[in-house]
Amino acid sequence: MKTIQTDVAIVGAGSAGLSAAYQAATAGADVLVIDENRLPGGQLFKQIHKFFGSREHQAGTRGYRIGQELLSRVEKSGARVWLNTLVYGMEKDCSLGVIHNGEHYVVRAKKVIVAAGAKENYMAFPGSTLPGVMGAGAAQTMINVNRVLPGERILMLGSGNVGLIVSYQLMQAGAEVVALVEGAPRIGGYGVHAGKIRRAGVPIYTSHTIKRVLGTNAVEGVEIVEVGPGFVPIPGTEKKFDVDTVCLAVGLNPMTELIWMAGCAFCFLPAFGGHVPLHDSNMETTVSGLYVAGDVTGVEEASSAMEEGNLAGVAAAESLGLLSPEQAAEKKAEITARLNTLRSGMFGERRRTAKEQQLNSMKHYRAKEAE
Amino acid sequence: MRVVEHPILDQLDTSGTVTIYYNDQPIEALEGEPIASALMNAGIRAFRTTAKRHEPRGIFCAIGRCTDCMMIVDGVPNTRTCVTVVRDGMHVRTQDGLGSFERQGAE
Amino acid sequence: MEGVIYTGIPSAEELAGCPGVPSEARMKRGRVACIECVQEIPCNPCEGICKFGAITVGEQITNLPCLNEEKCTGCGLCVANCPGLAITILDQSYSETEATIDFPFEYLPLPEAGDRVEAVSRSGETVCQGRILRVTKLPAYAGTAVIRMAVPQEYIDTVRSMKRLPRGQKKGSATK
Repeated sequence: MKTIQTDVAIVGAGSAGLSAAYQAATAGADVLVIDENRLPGGQLFKQIHKFFGSREHQAGTRGYRIGQELLSRVEKSGARVWLNTLVYGMEKDCSLGVIHNGEHYVVRAKKVIVAAGAKENYMAFPGSTLPGVMGAGAAQTMINVNRVLPGERILMLGSGNVGLIVSYQLMQAGAEVVALVEGAPRIGGYGVHAGKIRRAGVPIYTSHTIKRVLGTNAVEGVEIVEVGPGFVPIPGTEKKFDVDTVCLAVGLNPMTELIWMAGCAFCFLPAFGGHVPLHDSNMETTVSGLYVAGDVTGVEEASSAMEEGNLAGVAAAESLGLLSPEQAAEKKAEITARLNTLRSGMFGERRRTAKEQQLNSMKHYRAKEAE
Repeated sequence: MRVVEHPILDQLDTSGTVTIYYNDQPIEALEGEPIASALMNAGIRAFRTTAKRHEPRGIFCAIGRCTDCMMIVDGVPNTRTCVTVVRDGMHVRTQDGLGSFERQGAE
Repeated sequence: MEGVIYTGIPSAEELAGCPGVPSEARMKRGRVACIECVQEIPCNPCEGICKFGAITVGEQITNLPCLNEEKCTGCGLCVANCPGLAITILDQSYSETEATIDFPFEYLPLPEAGDRVEAVSRSGETVCQGRILRVTKLPAYAGTAVIRMAVPQEYIDTVRSMKRLPRGQKKGSATK
């Protein structure tokens, strides 16, 4: 078993991890980024739509282009990236158990940043386990990264931005989206994303859910039903669709396994997808030297993940003495301002409130600890 | 079905191909792609069956998290086909139940 | 229920109160941007791309884009730049009987100038026949095509896109 020493180890080479790597490495830190996948970029390379935000967030640029640009900056920064590399555990002292090229390593870093991302939620209904029922993100990976259509006639469940955007992208890839179904009485995502699929003729059924998926060995059809108050199905309102694929866009949950192992304190925030680690404005958790960034701190979106990664990278470099407190304060103020912008407006309210709660919980935790 | 032409992305390069074997039946795959997408392109949807009720399962998350797409790959059970890249001559089998290394010899 | 949060389509009231939608009088005078952006989302590329300073979002980027219809020349740069594909260029001065719309389009196959296509409404319903005048796909548009289509004057408030052409159909083989 080999031991690797480094200044900063980053778990996850997605939006947050790569941003953190860039910041820490350009400040002069020795950085090792580890990712289980064969390709870097996390979920950024399947985002083929133009991003929102401001010019500072590269709004108007397609996600995968932002990913390519970020990756080339990281390559030039001197950070090492280990792909096809599994982090199977973390000790209380934050040393990482790693399998790289079939060999077992222990990575000991002065600072560890976990940017493990999130995974898709599942929803149970009769037939929900049949082949052909899949996550919306899975369908997006298939069409935009692996370039294979998961089906020809698709029904989407969930009208958040993921459901709306993936429906649009399925049509761009050549599939038919027969309907989008949403349990709530209103559309969850941006109206402009909904507008794109409506113009393409996709009906949106709000206050509806999937009653069952039909088929014996794979999806052959789907039946939806209107729901009244309390999501109670209304008999007689069933509609059947001839589909071969059903996509679920019913939220995501943070992949927090590693940080649980390290003994971080957590709080439960439904707006963020479940249990999330407490962290301060430097993205540092209750375990000293352990930072978090991106969806693992609470599910948001790629631009916020990149900014949280920037923040964690700068903070880690500062605590290593590579940036002066003044230099770091200036950078952090800029990044925090951009983050606040992304959480502004009617759609950012839930995330804004949840993030405040998370930061406040951290303050309480530290105050208690100091007693 | 392959997404060859795309309004946003570059045209898919289909020049580099390999052959994999799905339950001994040859299937053409693109170099560098995961097993799961090659099978999906060939119209194969059920990848394994469950241990108790032998119900079919297929791709659910496509990012190596849910384990619904596990198959026996070159004799190794519980291989996540959505994150395992194809190799020329690779043998991929439907996995029934939990999968064990003993199964390898039985085949 | 009406309104963008229920249907994905802005209601007549929402459009009437939208600061990005030009006046009737301005639309009659010629090419002008129509920004159907009615929700406060953090987004401002339209403001930055406009060379004429005709679109203002401001410091608070969740503000709705506000169109200065006198400054707008209808150049169309904003059409391909809007991540929400919410901007079109309308021209009611095109001819006595026809008006034109420039709309963003991100599907294949693309139509060609001269093609007759089905012009569709905000909800994707076929409204009338449209005549394709030109298809522009510049590198700066980053994959988005901007299509100019003529439709009868009376449908210009209703038409917002065209029906997708069947896949596999060769470019330019739509009805001439």
